[in-house]
Parts: sequence; structure tokens; C-alpha cells
Amino acid sequence: MRSLRQVAAIVWKDIVAELRTKDIFSAMFVFALLAILIFEFAFDLRVDNVREVAPGVLWVAISFAGVLGLSRSFSLEKDKGSIEGLLLAPLDRSVIYFGKMLGNLSFMLATEALVVPLFIVLFNLPLYLPGLLLVVLLGTLGFAAVGTLFAAMTANTRAREVLLPILLFPVLVPVLISAVKLTGGFLDNIPLQENINWLRILIVFDVVFLAIAYMTFDYVVEE
Amino acid sequence: MRSKWHWLIALDIVAGLAMLGAVYMALIFAPDAANLASENEIKAQHIFYFHMGCNVGAAIGLFTNFIASILFLVTRQRLWDGIAVSAAELGLAFGIGVLASGSIWARPTWNTWWTWDPRLTSAAVTVLIYVAYLMLRGAVEDPGRRARFAAVYGIFGFVSVPITFLSIRLWRTIHPVVFGAANPDARGGFALGPNIRLALMYSMAAFALLAITLLIHRVRLERRREEVEQLQERLTP
Repeated sequence: MRSLRQVAAIVWKDIVAELRTKDIFSAMFVFALLAILIFEFAFDLRVDNVREVAPGVLWVAISFAGVLGLSRSFSLEKDKGSIEGLLLAPLDRSVIYFGKMLGNLSFMLATEALVVPLFIVLFNLPLYLPGLLLVVLLGTLGFAAVGTLFAAMTANTRAREVLLPILLFPVLVPVLISAVKLTGGFLDNIPLQENINWLRILIVFDVVFLAIAYMTFDYVVEE
Repeated sequence: MRSKWHWLIALDIVAGLAMLGAVYMALIFAPDAANLASENEIKAQHIFYFHMGCNVGAAIGLFTNFIASILFLVTRQRLWDGIAVSAAELGLAFGIGVLASGSIWARPTWNTWWTWDPRLTSAAVTVLIYVAYLMLRGAVEDPGRRARFAAVYGIFGFVSVPITFLSIRLWRTIHPVVFGAANPDARGGFALGPNIRLALMYSMAAFALLAITLLIHRVRLERRREEVEQLQERLTP
């Protein structure tokens, strides 16, 4: 119970800092929007039915924008020296991990809350897609689970903004594949039973990588 | 000091002879696969022995990297970090061998160098994970931190491989499955006759021996490098 309050305090700290500057959110939102627009132009020239590539476009936009937000979240802490304060606080290290992870998750979800409706409008898709919300939530959770840990690592490296996507994307391939498959399934009104294995992979990935990140975060932030 | 490594020289010679044997087994001893259609396909099929051999080498390298990464985090001994980086480099080299030999085989058999078949995709992703692993090592200067970060990433990378592989079973694949259940949609598959099986087992064993020998050399090199580093630190005031 106490550690839950501690996690909430870290998330709240990140949200307040973000609300004052709106750095991460605005960068992620504009970038995701640009990615969708660029894909729309690029594919419109060659692909007969843009709807076919819509799930891929959405997830590439989410992943690229997500990387931007993740690398900011730790480089800000690092540049202002606040990570030392966080590490010195009488907290379990896993509390810091879950706090930062939930913070990143909420920024990404907030961005997606604007990007997904715009994506639906731009690609002329059905508006009511409850299944899509589930996929976006699970996919983003996997993204934030791995991404937060890797961002904590790359914040301590040379060329950190460049390294994060290189580390992150190969590990996230199962999330991207299953999220794209599931999104496509919902857009084409395929019953979930046919795609249930993809949903399972997504859940397995989230659970496994949250657990590994929880176990290894200590080693990443120790000095 | 020198005599300590006599056994390694002996191992080098054995591994070298075993690899010569593997060439003989793959190209001369192994019979042509009976059911393949064209001359090119039949000739190309012989690369399969090296393809599987590289697979064994890559598996040894990547699995050793995973175990050494865990052991480093548990014990904090530099030795395990040296083994981890050596194994990752080795696994990467054999992994590229898997992709290259597969590609050469695929050209006459599937009529394309590359296809986004899930099994090919996951092999390529695995190679990319270990490229990223080495890039991460290159980007961290402090040796202690480099070892910790690399170990954490090694664990993540290795765990993600089977999850990526799981998605293969869901996608329809044209990659032949030679062991276990046959894939009815596979293109270019063949049955394992007794001589083919013997040649295959032999070349997999030879590649395993080669991989282990190279790994020992690479670990030894890494330890020498550390020794030199320590000597340099002692000499520079």
C-alpha cells in the first residue's frame, strides 16, 4: 500500500512537470501526426486501398512517437540532476521503475487519445472500435515496460537519442506484429476468436517483460 | 605460460579437421535429395548442411551470452562479461552465416534471395538484436556500467527471441521444417534419408566444435585485453 502511494507520487511528479512544460506531449503528438500524414502521402501513390496499410501506419506512428517521449523522460531527469535525488530517496528501486513506467504510459496514452481519433478520420475508418482501445492499451503497455528500462540505460550512454530506437525496436517486434494483426482484425471486423492467439502473445509479452524489467532495473540505475 | 595452451592448439587442429570433414560430408558424401525438381535446387540443397551448422554455432553463441549475462549480474565477476561479449560476437557471426547461406539456397529454390517469411524475419531480428547489443557496448565508456547494461540487454534480447519465434507458428510459413512436424505449405523441403541424416548430424557436430573453439579463443583474447588495460593503468600515473 505504501509503495503504491510512492509510485503514485512519482507519476504525479512527472505529470505535473509535463503539464508545466508540455514538452514531451506536444513533441510526441506532432510527430505522430506528421508520421501518419507522411505515410498517407507515400502510400497513396502506390497502394490502391490505403485502408489495407492503416494498421501498420498507426503502429509505426505510435512507436516512433513513443521513442521520442521515452528518451525525453530520462534525459530530462539526467540533465537536471533530479535522477540522483530520486535514487537517494528512501524508495525501493522497483517503485522508481513503476513510477516512471506509468508516467511514460500515461503520456503515450494521452497522445494516442488524440492521434487515434485523427487516424480514424484521416483513413475513413469506423468510429466505434472498442477492441482497438484494448490493443492500443496492451501494445502501449509493452512498449512502455521495455522502453522505460532501455531509456534509463541509454540516458547514460553517448548518442542516447540515437541508441534508444536501435535497442528498442528489435526487442519490440512481437508487440508490433501482434498489435498490427489485431488492429487489422478489428478494422476488418474479423471475430476476436480467430485472432485470439495474437492477443495471447501480446499479453505474454507484457507480463514477461514487465517482470524482467522489474528484476533488472536495480542493475541499470545502481551507481 | 605458453605450455598451458597446448591443449587449445590441439583443439584448433581437431576443429579444423572436423570442418574439412564437414565440407566432404556436405558436398561429396551426402546424396542428392531425391524429390527436388531442378538441377539447381539439387545442387543448392547441399548448402543445407552449412546452414544448419551455422544455426548450431549461433545457438551456442547466443545461449552462452544469455547464461553469462545472468551469471555476471549474479556474481559481478568480469570474467562473465568477457564471456558474454565473446559469445555475442560469435553468435552474430554465425547468425549472419545462417542468413547468408539461407539466402543463397533460397535463390534457386524459392526464386528469391529474401522473403518476409516469419522464420526469416525472426532470424533477421535476432541478428539485429545482437548488433544493437554490440552498439550498446560501444556507447558506454565506464567498464562496470557497460557490463551491467550489456547483461540486462542480453537477457531482454534472448527472452524476446522465443516470443518472436512463437509468432512464426501463427503465420503461415513457406520455410521447410525438416525436424518434427512437416509443413504442408513448405517449398523446397525434403525427407531425411539415413545418409543425409548422418551428414547433417556430422556437420552440426563439427560446427559446434568450431564454435566452441572460437569462443575459447575469443574469451582468451578478451582476458588478455583486460590485462593490457590494467597494465596501462598501472604505468600511466
